[in-house]
Amino acid sequence: MDVVVLESLDPLIEELRSAGYTVVGPTVQDRAVRMAEISSAADLPAGVGDVQDPGSYRLTSGADGMLFGYAASPDSAKRFTQPPRQTLVRMRDGAFEEVDEGAPRVALLGVRACDLAAIAVQDRVFAGSRHPDPAYRRRREALFLIAVNCAVPGGTCFCVSMGTGPKATAGFDLAVTELDAPHRFLVETGSERGGEIVARVPHRRAASEDVHAADEVSRMAAVRMGRQVDTDGIQHWLPAAHDSPRWTDVASRCLSCTNCTMVCPTCFCSTVEDVTDLTGQVTERSERWDSCFTLDFSEVSGTHARGSGLARYRQWLTHKFATWYDQFGTSGCVGCGRCITWCPTGIDVTEELACIR
Amino acid sequence: MHPMTPAPFLVRSRRPVRADTVNLTLEPVEGACPPFLPGQFTMIYARGVGEIPISISGRTRAGGYLQTIRAVGAVSRALCRTRRGDLVGVRGPYGTAWDVPAASGMDVVVAAGGLGLAALRPVVQELVRHRARYGRISLIVGTRAPMTLLYPRELDRWARAGVDVQVTVDHPDHEWKGPIGLVTKLIERIVFEPRRTAGFVCGPEVMMRAAAGELVRRGVAASRITLSLERNMKCGVGRCGHCQLGPLLLCLDGPVVSYERAARLMAVPEL
Repeated sequence: MDVVVLESLDPLIEELRSAGYTVVGPTVQDRAVRMAEISSAADLPAGVGDVQDPGSYRLTSGADGMLFGYAASPDSAKRFTQPPRQTLVRMRDGAFEEVDEGAPRVALLGVRACDLAAIAVQDRVFAGSRHPDPAYRRRREALFLIAVNCAVPGGTCFCVSMGTGPKATAGFDLAVTELDAPHRFLVETGSERGGEIVARVPHRRAASEDVHAADEVSRMAAVRMGRQVDTDGIQHWLPAAHDSPRWTDVASRCLSCTNCTMVCPTCFCSTVEDVTDLTGQVTERSERWDSCFTLDFSEVSGTHARGSGLARYRQWLTHKFATWYDQFGTSGCVGCGRCITWCPTGIDVTEELACIR
Repeated sequence: MHPMTPAPFLVRSRRPVRADTVNLTLEPVEGACPPFLPGQFTMIYARGVGEIPISISGRTRAGGYLQTIRAVGAVSRALCRTRRGDLVGVRGPYGTAWDVPAASGMDVVVAAGGLGLAALRPVVQELVRHRARYGRISLIVGTRAPMTLLYPRELDRWARAGVDVQVTVDHPDHEWKGPIGLVTKLIERIVFEPRRTAGFVCGPEVMMRAAAGELVRRGVAASRITLSLERNMKCGVGRCGHCQLGPLLLCLDGPVVSYERAARLMAVPEL
């Protein structure tokens, strides 16, 4: 793997834009880091840090001039791989016509290792299934992934426990480690097209000091991980604990608000909706994100398989950490900690799992 | 083609079978119906309303699907209201199937509760088609009332073909002379050799637990009893997540599941 050093990200962003990519990266909006289109490195959140705790997310001032000094933001890559709403079929004149919403060429800058792992999980669900989704494949191929290795993990992060980070090891086109003194970026190439882009921007070969400095960033990030989960045997002990008294306890705090499933980078559940236009001639059928925390998610003939909040929380947590293995051969959790940060009542999956065990 | 794109089908015939239930026969606008196995289902789409999983009850002479639908929710009501010549969308067939030939040489108990007989019809047809391969065949049917019995003429035909057909009702009318009460009661009466018996069960979940439980109590191996389970389903192809039952995605791992596997899962409330 080629390893180079860039003095600035601007030529890289410029090169991606001229290659036809919309470059999407972290920006500050509404006092949070959000993924949005950027036109230069000046749009990135310089000197911004964050403090994440159960039910709490606050931006702070981070290290001077550093562009990636914060942890997972509420946005993951999910809305680029699985759009929140996509039209599937249009019907008119007695014909069903498949709608191709296209696959925008997007370069995602700042994808963390946990999010790369989440994309790999979604690949299994949508591309690796018995009924593969060609539109998903096209979107994935059009997505250029520039990982950023975390320097400052959040207080709710536990990627080390889930074996997904903090260093990106696969699934990226380019992986960046931001270094200081002097400010520079170590860039690893993970794909042919990644190599072609890097070859066209000003760079120098990485020296061993650069590589060591980057290794140190990832080593320190792993050490400073906010939380941990003991995943040993979890596929077996968690489903077996279906009658643990802890479920009643956590259900008393869970609002069934669906926030955890919306911010989760792997939660893929969806529902389908029909909209007919005012003339009654054209009907569109679309798929949108759904959540197992809603009551009608499990509705059959007027009754609900999971009528209680307890059953819905148990379904989500058990699926995420255990039965996901049965269905997709992998954990559904990548340890990004978003569900903990964005839970309005601060439910912490790492704490719940420790108590249930 | 995208797995969520339905194929256009025409309603070739629509026959009400009771107050709230119709038999639809569906044929593709172009080409032939894909083959199906007993127990598999299609996703049927009512334009502008939605899509639901429906078991395939059989194949018509013209090669279409026979599908029996009860008006329960918005989509099933819309499908029940369709008329001959209407366009619907069909995807599938999907899901696991009942392995009828695996019961060769054995006694067979088919237990149906309510609309469960619609899913089991292809199983009985297969058994009758190769009657000589099987030992004693019992079909026990539980239904709300004599008027709500599905396929009454076929039940007579199957009885003449060597199937012990027993029907029990919850609410008898004045003419009813048969048994009253649960399907489980009938299992106590029928004759089979438990150690070489296969069970095919479909109906409401409480009925399936009771019927499969009774078969096990009489000595039938749980691994030889198969059920068809139902959950909310939006896609049928393993992408919507709605049909989970513990580790199972019932659209892919079901709907037909062995009782050996299902018993443990069905025993957990609200799984």
